[in-house]
Amino acid sequence: MKLRTLVLAALFLGLLSPAAYADRRSDAKAQVDFGIKVAQRGLWKEAQYRWERAVELDPTYAAAWNNLAVAHEQQGQFDEARKAYQKALDLEPDNLLIQQNFDLFKEINDRTKSGNGG
Amino acid sequence: MTVRRAATAASLGLVLALGACTSFYEIPIETPIQPKLDVSSFRRVLVAGFIAGGTEDVDGNLETVRLLRSQLRSRSNMAVIEAEPLPLAEIAIENAGPAAAAPDAPAGTDGEPRIRSQQDLERYEHIFADVAYWKKLGEEYQEPLIVTGTILFSPHQRSGMVERTQEVQDQFGRRRTIPVRTYQEREGFILSPKFIFIDGRTGTTLYSESFREEVLYEANQNTPALSSYFELMDRLIPSFLSTLSTQRIRGTRVLLK
Repeated sequence: MKLRTLVLAALFLGLLSPAAYADRRSDAKAQVDFGIKVAQRGLWKEAQYRWERAVELDPTYAAAWNNLAVAHEQQGQFDEARKAYQKALDLEPDNLLIQQNFDLFKEINDRTKSGNGG
Repeated sequence: MTVRRAATAASLGLVLALGACTSFYEIPIETPIQPKLDVSSFRRVLVAGFIAGGTEDVDGNLETVRLLRSQLRSRSNMAVIEAEPLPLAEIAIENAGPAAAAPDAPAGTDGEPRIRSQQDLERYEHIFADVAYWKKLGEEYQEPLIVTGTILFSPHQRSGMVERTQEVQDQFGRRRTIPVRTYQEREGFILSPKFIFIDGRTGTTLYSESFREEVLYEANQNTPALSSYFELMDRLIPSFLSTLSTQRIRGTRVLLK
């Protein structure tokens, strides 16, 4: 009886897990979409908040990490931007658009570190 | 691989990548670059003068002082002090004593020292470590941030193979461009400035930064030296300004769904 309950529970969780994941991705996607809309209006803090929510909901969502990186960059938060870009590229290493964003970011970041201050 | 083929391959790659994504949005961003130097305690800035050398067609000291003052007036929060640019090379010789520069530093027709190379410049650079001199200058101008340094603006020649595109017509009359390699003699200028930021209250150097930019033209182009000087300085001005004030760099990024 106990074994049967365990098997049923495992089956239930097995069925539930993809559904739960889909829900999380759907919620995260809604946050990402809203973030894009407000970013297009120049409301970067709100956009950042939305994309932070998105990566909390679904930490495997590369697009959300990419957008979060852009928001950090726009606000001069270079360390956070680098971490977010790297996370996005870890999740989707072949995504050329993320790579292109990251390359442009690195170019600016390198410029801030040039010179020989004395 | 030719440039054209590389461009085609890159475009194809981008299209494939875009196809793989459901949707994307290009968005303009303005990245703020924090200043390298905290100048919040200074209300005034004195672009004092530069030890300049290279070509005699451009007065590197005067032009650099004018240009930097003009940029600082419009793009920094500090008041820019208007004063005659200092003849720093002469001051360096005077401060070093009579034995220091006489044999090694030949004078030009106007009596100013002739500086042709980086090695020539180094003979005068001791002035930047003369804390007493800069402190005294700072007292004269109510303890500003002092901007000074060296400018070497030299003519430059280079010959070699250059790749350019040429338009041709094929047998069907269709026009297309092909890369062509030709031997070319080119001449231009190298600009090597070193900007030094000195605390007018103490006379000590706060920060220094060196740059090097060059430009080459076709030998028959006859571009005036002053025009080349401004072209090269234009490239450096954002880096110079980013030492003192927050600059915003415009660009575009891609947001993904």
